Amino acid sequence: MILLSTPPGTATAVIFLICAVLSIAGAIGLVAFRKPVYSALCLALVMVSLAVIYAGLGAPFLFAVQIIVYTGAVLMLFLFVIMLVGVSSQDTLGETLKGHRVAVAIAGVGVLILLTLAVAQGIHGVPVGVTQVNSDDGGNVQGLASLIFSHYVIAFEATAALLITAAVAAMVLAHPEQVKKKAGQVERAAQRLEAYITSGENPAPRPNSGVFARHNAISTPALLPDGTVSAQSVSKVLADRVGLASPEALWAPHDDVLDAIEAAGDEPLVLGAAERGEESEPSRTTDPDFTPPELTGPDQPAILEQPGAPEQPGAPEQPGAPEQPVAPEQPGAPDQTAQADEPEAPSTSEPDETTRPTQPTDVDQTAQADEPEALSSTEPDETTRPKPPTDVDQAAKPDEPTQPELPVQSDEPDDRTNPIKRDPPAEQPTSGQENPHD
Amino acid sequence: MTSLYATLAVILFSIGLVGFLIRRNALVIFMCVELMLNAANLLFVAFSAHWGILDGQMAAFFVMVVAAAEVVIGLSIIVMISRARRSTSVDNEIVLKG
Repeated sequence: MILLSTPPGTATAVIFLICAVLSIAGAIGLVAFRKPVYSALCLALVMVSLAVIYAGLGAPFLFAVQIIVYTGAVLMLFLFVIMLVGVSSQDTLGETLKGHRVAVAIAGVGVLILLTLAVAQGIHGVPVGVTQVNSDDGGNVQGLASLIFSHYVIAFEATAALLITAAVAAMVLAHPEQVKKKAGQVERAAQRLEAYITSGENPAPRPNSGVFARHNAISTPALLPDGTVSAQSVSKVLADRVGLASPEALWAPHDDVLDAIEAAGDEPLVLGAAERGEESEPSRTTDPDFTPPELTGPDQPAILEQPGAPEQPGAPEQPGAPEQPVAPEQPGAPDQTAQADEPEAPSTSEPDETTRPTQPTDVDQTAQADEPEALSSTEPDETTRPKPPTDVDQAAKPDEPTQPELPVQSDEPDDRTNPIKRDPPAEQPTSGQENPHD
Repeated sequence: MTSLYATLAVILFSIGLVGFLIRRNALVIFMCVELMLNAANLLFVAFSAHWGILDGQMAAFFVMVVAAAEVVIGLSIIVMISRARRSTSVDNEIVLKG
């Protein structure tokens, strides 16, 4: 500091040149960088360079104040606000006013020339230097203090008032007030309807993420009736970061099961039936009457040929399929599992289950009539298996066309209901949809 | 030597002015204002050294105080506007038009 406060010499000149280059580079960077954070850091470079130049000019007090107040406080406030209002906010590229940049360049050069001329007017005579003045009061700080509290005392007091006012004003201005009226439930409902009218946006809640037996993470997309993935069912952040799973990946387990079923033939099915009987006993409490006929092996191979059956055989291959074991024994059971696994399955299916345990015979009828909501095509077969399977299937099929429509009307909004709807008509999908439950 | 300081101050001021006119992010515009204030300060200090009196440094000190107060107010206004309009670009502030 003492060295720097000596009158301009070669050392001071070298320091000045270095700092001048740095400060000009920083100033250009401040203007040129698109990101405000870079601009702020460039400004910090300028300010520190200027502080060093102040020290070279015999102003150690300003050197300290420049670094402490400007670089330390003001600039950090800048950075703080940049972080607060969004680091990503960048200037729009291109000029919005025609000829803006040319005019700015001309203005800049003009001001540069004018200022140079004006300042040059004031420079005459031999530089005196502040060494003498600084030593008059015993130092630079003492000299400034004597000035502040004598000649500039009024301005100094006004400064105090200014700072207090600024602090109060900042608190008042930055206080978070509700700029717009907060939208309540009514307003948001109106907004959704408005969006539906204008842009056709679905006013209903967005579909859930896909819930499958092997994938139920929040990043798992739901499947649409056409077999594609519903982008709405996954948060956009997750979709951007992780990406949406391909429908093929979601279908893969189902296809594996089908392949395994075909490859296995009849043998494993009998074994699987036995296993089911053991596993499902606890759930069978409602109607024990049905279990004996279902567990018999011979029926099932015959059923296998039927379209709905394939899933059941799949069970033996995959121990992970708890619902299927239940299906054969109890007509009502498959529906329950379906409901548990699939939120979409409407409540309408529940009444059926309640009735089933009490009257097995009615169960089949109800299943045929009401099953649209649940995985209808497959389950009727399973439920009816104990009884004459062929009749059941025939009875169930006529109902199917009507079934898909019901869920459509009731559950329009959801993408997730769609997979169910498409099951009845296309038989592969049915098992495919159950595949997730595996 | 003083002319070198003055030249540097003038160059910094001009760059600040160009940035003030050409940038559209309110925060960067504000920083350009600070750059111009710093250039003026440099000139104050340079002439203080040139004439051998401390009043120039005194003026620079007051400029710093006022700049600090101004930054506080200006930044709180920017925060308020950005909170209401989700943007700090001055191109979007046409609503301020009378």
